[in-house]
Amino acid sequence: MKNIEFRTATSAQGGLVVMGGVPGVAAGSRVQLRDHAGRVRSGLVIRAADDAVLVEVFEGTDELDLERTWVRFLDEPFKLPVSRDILGRVFNGSGLPRDGRPPIISADRRDVNGEPLNPAARAYPREFIQTGISAIDGMNSLTRGQKLPIFSGGGLPHNRVAAQIVRQSKLLGEEASEFVVVFAAFGASHADARFFQESFEESGVLNKVVMFLNLADEPVIERLLTPRAALTAAEYLAFDLDYHVLVVMTDMTAYAEALREVAVLRGDVPARKGYPGYLYSDLAEIYERAGRIKNRRGSITLIPVLSMPSDDITHPIPDLTGYITEGQIVLGRELANQGVYPPVTVLPSLSRLMKDGIGKNFTREDHPHVASQLFASYAKALEVRGLAAIIGAEELSDADRRTLAFADAFERDFIGQGEDEDRSVHETLSIAWDLLSMLPPETLIRVSEEELAKYHKGQAK
Amino acid sequence: MGKILEINGPLVKLELPQTVLGEQVRVGHMGLVGEVIGRDGDTALAQLYEDTAGLRPGEEAEGLGWPLSVELGPGLLGAIFDGVQRPLQAVRDKSGDRIARGVAVPSLPRDRAWHFVPEPALCCGSALAGGHILGYVQETESIQHRILTPPLIHGELIELAPVGDYKLDDVIGRVKLADGRIEKLHLFHRWPVRTTRPYRQRDHAVAPLITGQRILDTFYPLLKGGKAAIPGPFGAGKTMLQQQIARWCNAEIVIYVGCGERGNELTDVLEFMPELKDPHTGRPLMERTLLVANTSNMPVVAREASIYVGITLAEYFRDQGYDVVMVADSTSRWAEALREVAGRLGQMPVEEGYPAYLGSRLAAFYERAGRVETFSGDHGSVTLIGAVSPPGGDFSEPVTSHTKEIIQTFWALSKELADARHYPAVDWLDSFSGYVGSAAKWWAENVDPGWESARAEALDLLAASEELQRIVNLVGVEALSSEQRWTLEAAGLIKEGLLQQSATDEVDSFASPEKQFALLAALLEIFRQGMKLVKLGAPARRLLQMPLLAQARRWKSQHASADIAALKAKIAAIPDAFEQLLQEYELTAAASARGGS
Repeated sequence: MKNIEFRTATSAQGGLVVMGGVPGVAAGSRVQLRDHAGRVRSGLVIRAADDAVLVEVFEGTDELDLERTWVRFLDEPFKLPVSRDILGRVFNGSGLPRDGRPPIISADRRDVNGEPLNPAARAYPREFIQTGISAIDGMNSLTRGQKLPIFSGGGLPHNRVAAQIVRQSKLLGEEASEFVVVFAAFGASHADARFFQESFEESGVLNKVVMFLNLADEPVIERLLTPRAALTAAEYLAFDLDYHVLVVMTDMTAYAEALREVAVLRGDVPARKGYPGYLYSDLAEIYERAGRIKNRRGSITLIPVLSMPSDDITHPIPDLTGYITEGQIVLGRELANQGVYPPVTVLPSLSRLMKDGIGKNFTREDHPHVASQLFASYAKALEVRGLAAIIGAEELSDADRRTLAFADAFERDFIGQGEDEDRSVHETLSIAWDLLSMLPPETLIRVSEEELAKYHKGQAK
Repeated sequence: MGKILEINGPLVKLELPQTVLGEQVRVGHMGLVGEVIGRDGDTALAQLYEDTAGLRPGEEAEGLGWPLSVELGPGLLGAIFDGVQRPLQAVRDKSGDRIARGVAVPSLPRDRAWHFVPEPALCCGSALAGGHILGYVQETESIQHRILTPPLIHGELIELAPVGDYKLDDVIGRVKLADGRIEKLHLFHRWPVRTTRPYRQRDHAVAPLITGQRILDTFYPLLKGGKAAIPGPFGAGKTMLQQQIARWCNAEIVIYVGCGERGNELTDVLEFMPELKDPHTGRPLMERTLLVANTSNMPVVAREASIYVGITLAEYFRDQGYDVVMVADSTSRWAEALREVAGRLGQMPVEEGYPAYLGSRLAAFYERAGRVETFSGDHGSVTLIGAVSPPGGDFSEPVTSHTKEIIQTFWALSKELADARHYPAVDWLDSFSGYVGSAAKWWAENVDPGWESARAEALDLLAASEELQRIVNLVGVEALSSEQRWTLEAAGLIKEGLLQQSATDEVDSFASPEKQFALLAALLEIFRQGMKLVKLGAPARRLLQMPLLAQARRWKSQHASADIAALKAKIAAIPDAFEQLLQEYELTAAASARGGS
């Protein structure tokens, strides 16, 4: 079957080709199309019956002449060849080299769809990763094996934040050598791709990075494959070679839009905003590949970046993502406009696994309480700020004015930091206590009385 | 023997004459399992529980002759099953860390022997009816597994095994049916998951399910045998709240169905449950817990089945006379699985792509909750708690709005509260409970007769403060009268000192009903004492300076449920804290009264 070329295409439309009279084709099998100009395109069988086979073509169906299209069914799913040599390489969305170097030759070829991880085989992520960014380490800590997306919007510095995380991330008290990065960009601009490449180069990690790029002007359908190829590489690095892998993907919105485009062509019933009903399951297939496995040393920590259309967090893409991932880091336009970098809006941000990765045996005993107190005090302070906007700051009580000053200082000194500033978690906590000391101790009920006595710098009672 | 005609995602068109709707099928060289959901002449449409990649038209298919069923017997507790009751631990032993397709493993372990003690009242010749207890197996230290006659078996018991160790496949008894056939009995039996298990009759739910969570037990109670929903946008703390319920509730069996949720959450449950002690029996929590897991990356058709597998297991323990809680996280993912299959079948979408039968399916599912009298004369209950994940946190979407019409207790989670890290983020204005009347009876008899009025007073206070907060947001706190400011402060006290409860704080994580009521009474006492002063003319400013207010906020985490006496002593001392101010203002009030006369 593999060696037979069929010339039975009966119709083609927007990336899909129907082949007639090819019996016994396996669902999900990979396809090669050769067009009249001799160019080879690849595709996937998405519906198989004896009389008609529906093929999705990654490079699209433009300029396809049905009478002069030859199709081979490769009889196997999409596979990615893996070996240690993938480190330092750049691939396109389907795993072919785009750095001008020869393709990876390996007998070890992995189905890019992977197989679902048995929940009984998972190990719970517990190790604190220090990103050096206070808003994350202090209040939304990342743990090894977690999936923590960055929710952003057009024009916000999510790429810079992601690059900073990649540069600075480390485990407390462990050698950095086991740490590698898989970077996947889909629908990204050439400028964005270059920015990441240069950022990796400058920090000297380029030979520890595997890149999968499908840029904005490249085939849309290939975007569906790109994250899967990247995660297949990550799984190999983590669970075969024992590396700790940090996977950064950008931009999940482009991925979901590609999925919608294909779903419409297939005639799937749309659910919300035209996205197919299986968007949740599809995103989950990607995100859930992060994690740790019992008795294996490596891990996959996933940081997907997505831009929220019109900054709307209830849009299906961030919404469904939030239901699958273990929290989210939300970047805000308001802070960005005030010149705060990184503009992390802490209140809607969350790390679900934080509680198990911080505190006594991981960071510092008071960390959970400090984080909770910062959230509470800042939330209160924002209420006061809203009030001040209405009745004027002059009308505020003294206590309220102190609260207001706290909010300003918090945004400036705690959230705000340099793009090259790598703060240890102890520095982060010490800044936090400096700020909390601006507030009267009796209003700080989330921290214990002992912690207040030990760290609060306010006037003694 | 039939064959595959077409493969379209999880749906497979088969040539399979004489199949019955709902029948299990096995297809292809990998032996993938699924169920028939449609028939047209000789062709049948089946949905497969596993990924269909690699299947080809022309491959073999066979009907298995039975609908999707679960095995019910010893070995269930402490296990983790997938959406079609495959034991994930055994699957892992067989296929490694990843779930390979076509793995066939029996749901219950066949090689393990159980110590069986026959029911002494039974002997040869006894009339036996479905659901009767045949005997007992002490499955875990805390749970005795009552071996039941399969529900549809009625006849004369002609043989019952003596005390001894038996494996699941061993015959432990024989029944002569009315038509003369002999039926063998085992330690386990099968039951189709989409059929409600029968019981003698429904009964009133009477006792509240105590979860140890103050906002739930004190304000929006749920009864054993009741149905509740927890809707909330992502990040509002749904999972945390459900885990708290699974951990602390006073049910005898807890079934946790992870339906389309995160893998790490189940791992979390698997890792922490064995370490935690059941607060009521002192035994490891895992001994009373059973997990059904179809994580979001597992096949979507099995997700639809997982909810039914869970509820059937719950009914089985109910029929043994246990109080069972089933937590389904999340029913939205189940509804989405329905939608996905409906979409592939080309059924007409109604709201947001959901099929028209969404509401009736949901209602039929929740109806399987309830307190019943079993065939053996005991009482058992299934309490159903369904999480709902409304897209964008919009409670008017189809799944939430249908669910809201069905359930009696609604624990609405709020994004705003969660953002301010007010946990559990149960919104006291949006939530409701239809069980307050029944619960009040229980609280009055077991804790304090003042429960109902105290609860109402606290809720009034919270509602009033909401109004006041609106004014404050417009014109500032200075615009309020002293009385209003004190009301606002007291509501804040209740929110922080009572409603907020830390799941990670050892002392605060669980509050006994006694502690819950003591705290509530204490905070209301502070409110009343202060109000008395304000009415005497004391400015709220002075009251707000009282150290008591900050102290009372910490009481919840300073006194364990076992340590109510110390808490009560503090409550008794509340009037003392107000004494000095009271004297001062009584004097001025008296003076001004004299001056006025």
